[in-house]
Amino acid sequence: MKRAAPYLTLLLLLAASFTLATVLQPRALKWSTRGQSGSLLKVVLGDSRRLFANQFFVQADVTFHSGYYPSIFDQAQAPRNSRHMTAKEGEPEAEQHEKQMNFLGPPRDWIERFGRHFLITEHTHLHGGKEREMLPWLQLSAELDPQKIETYTVAAYWLRNLGKVKEAEDFLRQGMRNNPDSYEILFELGRLCYESNHDPVRARNVWELGLRKWTEAEAAKKNPDLFQLEQIAMNLSRLEEEQGNLVRSIQLLELSKKASPSPQSLQKQINELKQKLAARPPAAAPQPR
Amino acid sequence: MNTVFALAGVVVKELYRRKDFYVLFVLTAVITLVMGSVSFFNDAKIVRYVKEIALLLIWVSALVIAIGTTARQIPAERESRTIFPLLAKPVTRAQVILGKFAGCWLACGLALIVFYLFFGLVSASREHDWPLLNYVQALWLQWMMLGIVIAFVLLGSVVFAAPSSNATIAFVVVIGILLLGSHLNQVALQQPEPLRTIVYALYFLIPHLEWYDVRDFVIYEQHLPGWTDCGLATLYAAVYAALLLWATWLVFRRKPLSV
Repeated sequence: MKRAAPYLTLLLLLAASFTLATVLQPRALKWSTRGQSGSLLKVVLGDSRRLFANQFFVQADVTFHSGYYPSIFDQAQAPRNSRHMTAKEGEPEAEQHEKQMNFLGPPRDWIERFGRHFLITEHTHLHGGKEREMLPWLQLSAELDPQKIETYTVAAYWLRNLGKVKEAEDFLRQGMRNNPDSYEILFELGRLCYESNHDPVRARNVWELGLRKWTEAEAAKKNPDLFQLEQIAMNLSRLEEEQGNLVRSIQLLELSKKASPSPQSLQKQINELKQKLAARPPAAAPQPR
Repeated sequence: MNTVFALAGVVVKELYRRKDFYVLFVLTAVITLVMGSVSFFNDAKIVRYVKEIALLLIWVSALVIAIGTTARQIPAERESRTIFPLLAKPVTRAQVILGKFAGCWLACGLALIVFYLFFGLVSASREHDWPLLNYVQALWLQWMMLGIVIAFVLLGSVVFAAPSSNATIAFVVVIGILLLGSHLNQVALQQPEPLRTIVYALYFLIPHLEWYDVRDFVIYEQHLPGWTDCGLATLYAAVYAALLLWATWLVFRRKPLSV
């Protein structure tokens, strides 16, 4: 009996721990809001996960540039937004980015000159399907910070380009669940509906909703996000023109003109549409929306 | 020379008798394989993140092996008093230093071969490609860098009292050089005098270990540095290792050995 006593005590303590755990665990969930968060990463990392998320997003950009990227000492030249990640060659964003990424000046000494042989010194972007290499970092970034909107838009853009339309839509919908008021995600979702799914009705609804969300979030601001407004309005205008709704298309171009850095070219398009509209027989012209 | 190789052989044997290497290798393999098995957007062709993680783990493991193995060599001989019969063979103190250095360096080389073989297999299973020359060059440069690190830790082991403090200082210095070494000149230019001169002098004084980190070339499938540059980097590493070993000998030759 004497020999068994320590083991019996151990068993007793174990039973007591188990019983207390079953009693206290449901209460512990109510003590903090952690129980509702659901995410293990959120519990473990707290708000520091946003830092990691940003780091993973930068890592996606580093991968996009095949390792050619400014260090923390060249932060003045580091890309300030993610537009270059989805910009096509020849677009103003791409040209501006090209200048920005010319961060390696002439070497200051022989050590730096020789050290450049062991660095990637050429500015290139991934192409030919290799863009998929960015995706793991973007998914990790979204896991860590579900409120980082550009993660969803950049990943969805490249998923679409890689022919993974379903995955892109699922990822954007995940983004919408986490950021229900994001006009950026709605814009990208609209592009997916229009360009990949060829569904102009859904695309129109999504973009119209995006436009409403933009107005709610940005219209009253001192420095509103005019770039995104122009993007939504321009794309929606093109859709309306293709659908024959010229009046609405003109309205959207007028809106786009207010946000555009080069309103002259848009005015030209407006004039052309007005001429088209005037040439139509009156009955054929649809009612303004 | 035979004495040096005999001493080196003992150190190499110690590496495969101890568990450090096996633990680090298994950890690297498990983490790499687990990360490799994760599916991102149902795309099986994604591979670079696995290479990135695997090479980072290889670098960390190699540094742990190099610093950990080297830091305990001379203090362990002194503590167990085996240094006295060793020096009575007769083996000179210079031979002890050279033997310990050669042993640690060769042991690290063997560990690197195993690590890179694993890395090559993992990459090939995803990419169906075997850029052998790239791996050889990356391995060679990393091994040269470890030569400087080992010589530096060996110097620390005759200067500092305990292997733990030596290892900690070595880790801080090596990681500091790897992260900031190439930017010290930029930092120096932003400082007022005389700090500017001091930081710039430090920039020229430190061994530039960051040159030997060509992971990005392997991960992003870029053309590796030319063989001439590799040769010059090897010469640079040899000079620094020789300098540090010479300094180690200068300290060690008159050092009392009793603990």
